[in-house]
Amino acid sequence: MNWSVMIESLPALAEGALLTLELVAVSGVLGFMLAVPVAMARVSDRWWIRLLPMAHIYFFRGTPLLVQIYLVYYGTGQFEAIRSSILWPYLSQAYWCAIIAFTLNTSAYTAEILRGAIQAVPRGEVEAARAVGMGSALIWRRIRLPRAFRIALPAYSNEVILMLKGSALASTITLMDLTGVARTIIARTYTPMELFLAAGLVYGVLTVIILSGFRLLERRLNRHLQPH
Amino acid sequence: MDLQGFGAQLASGTWITVQLAIVSMVCAVVLGLLGAGAKTAGPAPLRWLGTLYTGTVRGLPELLVILLVYFGAANIINQVANAFGYSDYIALSPFMAGVIALAFNYGAYMTEVFRGALATIPSGHREAGLALGMGRARIFRRIVLPQVWRVALPASGNIFLSLLKDTALVSVIGLQDLMRETSIAVGYSKAPFTFYVAAAFIYLGLTAVASLGIHWLERRTTHGMRTLTE
Repeated sequence: MNWSVMIESLPALAEGALLTLELVAVSGVLGFMLAVPVAMARVSDRWWIRLLPMAHIYFFRGTPLLVQIYLVYYGTGQFEAIRSSILWPYLSQAYWCAIIAFTLNTSAYTAEILRGAIQAVPRGEVEAARAVGMGSALIWRRIRLPRAFRIALPAYSNEVILMLKGSALASTITLMDLTGVARTIIARTYTPMELFLAAGLVYGVLTVIILSGFRLLERRLNRHLQPH
Repeated sequence: MDLQGFGAQLASGTWITVQLAIVSMVCAVVLGLLGAGAKTAGPAPLRWLGTLYTGTVRGLPELLVILLVYFGAANIINQVANAFGYSDYIALSPFMAGVIALAFNYGAYMTEVFRGALATIPSGHREAGLALGMGRARIFRRIVLPQVWRVALPASGNIFLSLLKDTALVSVIGLQDLMRETSIAVGYSKAPFTFYVAAAFIYLGLTAVASLGIHWLERRTTHGMRTLTE
């Protein structure tokens, strides 16, 4: 084991970790924003409203993330119409392709978590809201969504950890994330075990940070349930 | 649809993907049983080793584990072989490396699944076996395992679906699986969208078939059980 290589590469790995965190944060926020309407449509009574979210969820959960990344990164360039459109400055960059793929991927998993949570909101609470004269938009905003978010939180923290691990695939489309930096240094020094273990350690630290963030959030959102 | 003449190539890649997924899953199940045994019934050092294994592997990205195993496994295997007096270099085929990596990775998840399932078996069942004069191995095989299998099946099904999709990552270390064959076809045809969509739908088909298989197994193993949801 070559310890000095591990220590020398830590600053570079830390820089890669910043990009990893950025990818997870940006696509996490965008994915969550997309997941809310998808989940709301997914629980609709009308089948034709359910159809599109179901197809979205089925496709992105049923295919490998690597395929989705390649599809956005390599696939979109096949069409002249896309290459000459205003989207191309984004779609020709690995960074935005990774963001788009991760966003679509996590929105499918998150929507499915939210669907379970929305359906777990006690019927009586919704009926009570209706009884005091709330309209359906207000019930969504005041009762169903806030309740569903609290119910979904523990499962959602798992999804964020899975996203953190999935973000390593950004290195396959040339991005210098944590895994990308490790692979680049390995190509130069040929010390794979040392570098991958060091990178693994940094992933571990990131996981702990994210999980403690969720623990704080959970405690804050459920503070009305805490015993005094 | 012959996909511009690459249909046969994608089919052979699909077959490799299916083989890789099934062989890796079988190895992960064995590893999971060993891991769960070590964590629940083993002596303290084995328990620590089990905890270290599941703790680290489940915290690492799958791609990193695959790269780590691919670059590290050949080394370790050869050192072990050398220690036993075997001096020729053992080369790992990409398929073998893929199986080792995926089994190592998903074995950690299976360990936790089996650990949870083992805890659901009432200790009275084991004691009844002992009272009948059965040995530990036979109690495990005849009484514990058939029940553990039933409890562990739904979670194992989810894990198999994840594993099936993660086989795509093994293309990164050079296995000629569906993903790699697709990339090769893209290189020749310059039609990346067409081929990656085709690959996506093949993976969808595979996961759909796997889901049906899991559902069938679940119905079979819970045969004769009362369910509360009816």
